Amino acid sequence: MTTVINLAYIVASILFIYGLKMLGRVETARRGNMVSAVGMLLAIIATLLLGGLDYVWIIVGLVVGGAIGWWAAAAVKMTQMPEMVALFNGSGGLASMLVGWVEYIRNPHPDVITSIAIFFAVLVGAVAFTGSVIAWGKLSEVMPGKPMLFKGQQPVNALIVGGAVVLGIIFVITPPTTYPLLLAVIGLSLILGVLAVIPIGGADMPIVISLMNSYSGVAGMAAGFVIQNNVLIVAGTLVGASGLILTQVMCKAMNRSLANVLFSGFGAVTTAGTMKVEGEVKPITAEDAYYILEAASSVIFVPGYGMAVAQAQHAVKELADLLEENGAEVRYAIHPVAGRMPGHMNVLLAEANVPYEQLVEPDDVNPTMEMVDVAVVIGANDVVNPAAREDETSPLYGMPIINVDQARTTFVLKRSMNPGFSGVDNPLFFKPNTRMLFGDAKTSISTLASEFKEAAAAA
Amino acid sequence: MTMLLLLFIFVMAIFLGLELIGKVPSQLHTPLMSGSNAISGISIVGALAATEIHGTFGTVLAVAAVAFATINVVGGYLVTDRMLAMFKTGKKD
Repeated sequence: MTTVINLAYIVASILFIYGLKMLGRVETARRGNMVSAVGMLLAIIATLLLGGLDYVWIIVGLVVGGAIGWWAAAAVKMTQMPEMVALFNGSGGLASMLVGWVEYIRNPHPDVITSIAIFFAVLVGAVAFTGSVIAWGKLSEVMPGKPMLFKGQQPVNALIVGGAVVLGIIFVITPPTTYPLLLAVIGLSLILGVLAVIPIGGADMPIVISLMNSYSGVAGMAAGFVIQNNVLIVAGTLVGASGLILTQVMCKAMNRSLANVLFSGFGAVTTAGTMKVEGEVKPITAEDAYYILEAASSVIFVPGYGMAVAQAQHAVKELADLLEENGAEVRYAIHPVAGRMPGHMNVLLAEANVPYEQLVEPDDVNPTMEMVDVAVVIGANDVVNPAAREDETSPLYGMPIINVDQARTTFVLKRSMNPGFSGVDNPLFFKPNTRMLFGDAKTSISTLASEFKEAAAAA
Repeated sequence: MTMLLLLFIFVMAIFLGLELIGKVPSQLHTPLMSGSNAISGISIVGALAATEIHGTFGTVLAVAAVAFATINVVGGYLVTDRMLAMFKTGKKD
């Protein structure tokens, strides 16, 4: 039977690998997800064949967890996806932590390597758990999204990391007598997860979520070493690697190092650039904006977190359809860190039925920005801030941006003149070709759309 | 020896993971993240095996592990599928 179970684990690993590979292409992504789900089902069934398990309680756990997971996945709004992913990351991390813990109770005399594995499973799993819960709190605005800093934060964090590691080493050397040490490591790790994420601001959440995703995989991998199981190691490592790659992509898109994101509390200290912002802000009415859009033959939408907040994606798609009927070419320029998680804007626009061929990346659109008649910035700020290109003293300097300031006309849809998350002034608002369309993004877009419809009805 | 073998598998999996996911278009970042997140629910295998344990507290931990891993697995796969079902091309078919 053990052979059959292990063969099933190998097949499951293959299905995970294929599934992940297929997830990398739009055409095959949905099937890839199903392939990997089949792998998971196979691994679960194989494990149930082990015998000697507590099947009554297993059914309870599966039913309760399955019901919660199913309900959460069905009920979540697309705009709340970052919170949801954070919570799923957290529950995966917690599960791995519990597996490490329970394995120690089951066998309080582990060998050195198993002890190390237990230590890592517990440490990383706990950090992934509480870190994700804090990320969820910030994203869902249960907690303030701003970085929370206190005096001596970094020494305290260093002390906790150091303490956990020292306790871990003692635990590894003398496992049989050290159950309290394991509990202390668990406690410290849970605290560490909280402290690691509270100084990170809302706009850096894409990086945090990718990192927590990676941690949940690493915790699963460590749990795999604890129970000496191939499929956990392979699957956990794959997830760890993919999370790490995403984290890197996000950091690169912000021109910042991971260390800088984790430790700086960016945005808490406003080190605004010294460059004088000159010019004046020119508001525009929806009616005037309509005339400009009506004459445009090339329009680019640049969505940001504000579009998610205003739930404006459907209104944007409606306006885009009207613009296309009017003969304009419509594209959407998506910055990799726009929104609160990697690919956030793409998911929202997909929800609104925007074909993905119209979604372009900054590198594809920037070289031809001069040919764009109108760039419509919807609730994005830092990712279109020309200071990142022009002002060497700006904290954003060097971050790749979407050069909407080089379009013939730029509309910025904004509630008010508050600066973006980073607290940095945006010279874009003062450029001669920029027009500010103040108000709720969804209302503004819908007003523009109705102008088009009225004009069509009149004609 | 078993541990060395597991270590070997681990190292291979790192390289495989980096190769597999190297070039994913940015529009797939969210589904990739939630889909791989569902895979990290694989610790359910460890959780199920742990229910073999005797004693109340151990069973509580093991069952909690099963429940949380199941949330991760079921929720992760379903929400990824929901997202991917929305990705459409402009081509009329």
